[in-house]
Amino acid sequence: MLYRISCTEMDALFAALSETKTVYLPADREDGQASFVKWTEGTALSNRLNTVRSAKDFFFPQIQPLARFRREGQKIEITDLREESEDFVIFGARACDVRSFEILDRVFLADPVDTSYQTRREHAAIVTMACARPEETCFCTAFDIDPAKPADGDVRAYIADGYCYLEPLTEKGETLLAGAGECLEESDGAAVEAEAGRIRAILEKLPLASLKPADNREKELDVFNSPKWEEMASHCLGCGACTFVCPTCQCFDINDFDSGHGIERYRCWDSCMYHDFTLMASGTPRLTQKERFRQRFMHKLVYYPIRYDGVFSCVGCGRCLRKCPINMNIVKVMKELTGVRPAGAGEEA
Amino acid sequence: MQRELINRARELLADGTVDRVLGWQAGQFAYDITPAVFTDAGELEAHFVYNEFCADNLSKYLIKESEKEGKVLAFLKPCDTYSFNQLVTEHRIRREHVYVIGVESYGKADVEKLRARGISGITGVETVSGMLKVHTMYGDESVPLNEVMLDRCLTCKSKKHVVYDELIGEDGDVVADSGRFDMVEKLERMTAKERFSFWQGELSRCIRCNACRNVCPACTCENCVFDNPGSGLQNRAARDNFEEKLFHIIRAYHVAGRCTDCGECSRVCPEHIPLHLLNRKFIKDFNELYGPFQAGEVSGQMSPMCAYTETADPEASVVRKGGAE
Amino acid sequence: MSVMEKTAAARQAEWKPKIIAFCCNWCSYGGADLAGTNRLSYPANVKIIRVPCSCRVNPMFILRAFQKGADGVIVCGCHPGDCHYSTGNYHARRRMTMLFSMLSFLGVESARTRVEWVSAAEGARFKAVMDSFVEDITRLGPNERLEDLRCKEN
Repeated sequence: MLYRISCTEMDALFAALSETKTVYLPADREDGQASFVKWTEGTALSNRLNTVRSAKDFFFPQIQPLARFRREGQKIEITDLREESEDFVIFGARACDVRSFEILDRVFLADPVDTSYQTRREHAAIVTMACARPEETCFCTAFDIDPAKPADGDVRAYIADGYCYLEPLTEKGETLLAGAGECLEESDGAAVEAEAGRIRAILEKLPLASLKPADNREKELDVFNSPKWEEMASHCLGCGACTFVCPTCQCFDINDFDSGHGIERYRCWDSCMYHDFTLMASGTPRLTQKERFRQRFMHKLVYYPIRYDGVFSCVGCGRCLRKCPINMNIVKVMKELTGVRPAGAGEEA
Repeated sequence: MQRELINRARELLADGTVDRVLGWQAGQFAYDITPAVFTDAGELEAHFVYNEFCADNLSKYLIKESEKEGKVLAFLKPCDTYSFNQLVTEHRIRREHVYVIGVESYGKADVEKLRARGISGITGVETVSGMLKVHTMYGDESVPLNEVMLDRCLTCKSKKHVVYDELIGEDGDVVADSGRFDMVEKLERMTAKERFSFWQGELSRCIRCNACRNVCPACTCENCVFDNPGSGLQNRAARDNFEEKLFHIIRAYHVAGRCTDCGECSRVCPEHIPLHLLNRKFIKDFNELYGPFQAGEVSGQMSPMCAYTETADPEASVVRKGGAE
Repeated sequence: MSVMEKTAAARQAEWKPKIIAFCCNWCSYGGADLAGTNRLSYPANVKIIRVPCSCRVNPMFILRAFQKGADGVIVCGCHPGDCHYSTGNYHARRRMTMLFSMLSFLGVESARTRVEWVSAAEGARFKAVMDSFVEDITRLGPNERLEDLRCKEN
C-alpha cells in the first residue's frame, strides 16, 4: 500500500503522529547544516542530504547516566538512572543511517544484551527517506544500500512532485501510518517508480560509484602489516571527529563523576583515535597514531566482517569525508588497501 | 603558483638543501586536501597541490617533523608563519631543521560555505579571476571567492610573512582594518544574559571531538589535562552544560597570549562553533589592557600573560566596568 | 516536611550564598585571622581556602568552585609590592583579570568574581570586603550560569 500527502500539509502529518509519539526529524540550522530535532508545530523537514550527527544518537546517545551511588552511614544507596524509553518516530533518516542500526544491533543486541539500547530500539518507528539528491561524498552503494528504494526501516518515504509518498515496510510501519489518520490519501506507485529511476540514474554518475570494499577476511595479517598505514596515518591529528559523526562507531567508556554528594556513573562515546583509548595500568599498547588509525579502519573493514559474515561496519554516509580536519577518510583507506591511489593533481591548478 | 612550488621543492631536494618537503596533497575531489610529506620529485609531481583549498596550517606538523634528522622544507602561508614563530619561541620547533618558503595566500575557500548555499555534489572547482567555478553533478555554479572564504580569511589580520628563508609570490602587509574584533565587540555590547544564551546555543552543539584542540598549533601539551586520568578533569563528553563551558574556557585560556589567531579551531569544528571568538576575546583584552600584542609577530617575545608591570596593570575589577549585566 | 518536599519558592527564600575565598597564606589569610582575633564577624557562608600565594590559584580552581556549588569566588592576596614571593600577585592580577573577563564574555555575571588585596594587618578590611562581596552575591542570587546540576544538593 502506498500513501501520499502534499508537502505543504506535512505539519498535519507530524501533528497526527505526535499525538501518540514524539517525532524527531532533520531540520535546517542557521549555519547551513541540519540536525535531528523534536518536532513542534512549524518545524520543517530539511532537504539536506544528511545531519551533522548521525541517527545512532537515538539508540546510543553520546552520554548516558547509568547509576548514582550515595552513602548513608554504613549503607550505600544505588539509584538506577537509566530511563524508560517512550515511543518515538525518526522521520526522514537516510538509508545509510538506517542500515547502521543493523550494524549496531549485531553488537548491542548480542548476548549480553544492552537493555537500554534494546528498549530504545523497540520503541522507535523509523521512516527512511529516499535520497533525492545524492552527493559526491556518498558511497552507500558500495555496501549494497539502495538510497533510491530504501529497504530498511518501518516506512519508506519519497518526496517527489510536491508530495511525500509513504510506503509501510513492516507491521509497525503500517500501524504508524494508520495512526496518521485522515491526512494521508492512497496513491499508485507511478510517481515513486519514476523517482527511484531518477535517483538510480544519479547514483551511476557518483564519483565514488565504482568503489567496492575489498574482502580482506582471509588477509587479516597482510592488511594489518601493510606498510601503507604509516603513511596514511602520518598526518592524522588524533581527534575524534570521524568517530563521533560516524553512524557505526560504537565504542564507549564508562566513567564515574564525583559530585560531592555521591558518585554518578555514566557511559559516553569513546574514540579509538585517542591516545588514551587503550590506556591500562601498564601503559598503552597502541604507541603511535599509526596503531590507533589502523585500529579504526581494521575494525570497520576487516575485523567486523570477519566476525559478522562479511558485513562491513561502514554505510557510506560520507560524514567522515566532510568532517575530517585533514580530509583523511575511509574512502582513501579503502582505495589504498585495494592498491588504488587517489588521483593526483600533476598539472597547474 | 603550484608549478613554481613544485619546481622549487624539486630543486631544493635535488641540491640537498632539504631532505623532505611538507606540503599539501590532492584528494579525491577538488577540496579535500591533506597535509603530506614528500620525499622525491615523483611524489611531488603526482600529488602535490596548492590551491584555494589548502587551508591547513602546516606549522603544527613541524613540531614532529623538525625533531627528525635532516632538514624539512615547509611551505607556509602568512598566517602559518605567525604560528611558526610562536612555536620557535616556545622551543617546540627546531628552527635549524626547517627551510621555510613563504607562499602568498589571498584567502582560502570554505567548502562548508559552498554547501551552505545549497551547492552539492561538488566534483571540481576552478578559480578564474576571483570567481570560483564550481562543477557539480547538478550543473555548474559560479561564486565570488570572497563570498565563500573561510571566516578567518575574511577578517585576515596580516598578509605579511613574518618569517621565511625565501618567498614565492608576493609579501603583503599587516591588515590594519581587518574588522576581526567586530563580532567580539558586538557580543560585548550585549547584556550578560544575551551573551549567555548566545554561548549556550553555540557550545551546546559541541561533540567534544577535540578537533579544535588537536589542530591548534598552540595546543602542544604531551598530555592534555582533559585526557589525563590523574587530573580529576578527564572528560570524554559533556554530561552537563558546565562541562562544555569548562572545556572551551580552559582550551582558550591555555593558549591565551600564545594564540596567533590562525583560526584553525573554527575551521575544523564539525558543528561550526565560532571558537575563534573566545581566542579573539583574549587577544582583544590583552591589546586593550596591556598594550598591543601579536603572538608570533617576532620570535622570542614574552607572552602578555606573564609580562606583568608593577604599576600600569589595571586591577581585575576593570572587567566589571564594561558591558551591561 | 522533608527537604525534598519544599517548594522552589521556599528554597529560594532560604537560600544563602556559598562563597569561596582563596586567601594567600602570607597576607589575606592573616587578615582573616586578625578579623577573628579582633572578634570582627564576617559572614559564615564565606569558606576560606588557604593557598601559598594568590598566583597559586589556577583558573581551574575558580571554575571547579563554581561547579561544586559556589555562588561567588573571591581571590585575596598581598597588596601589589608586598608579595612574599615578590611577584606572585602581579601574575595573579593578570591571570584573574583575563579569566574573569572571559567569564563575563560567556555571560556569567561579572560581580560573581573578584580579586581583592588584603594584608595581614587589615582585619577590618577583610571583614568589609567579605561583607560587601556577600551582599553583591546575595543580590545576584544563586549561580545558575556556571552550575553543574549534578552537584546541586537534592
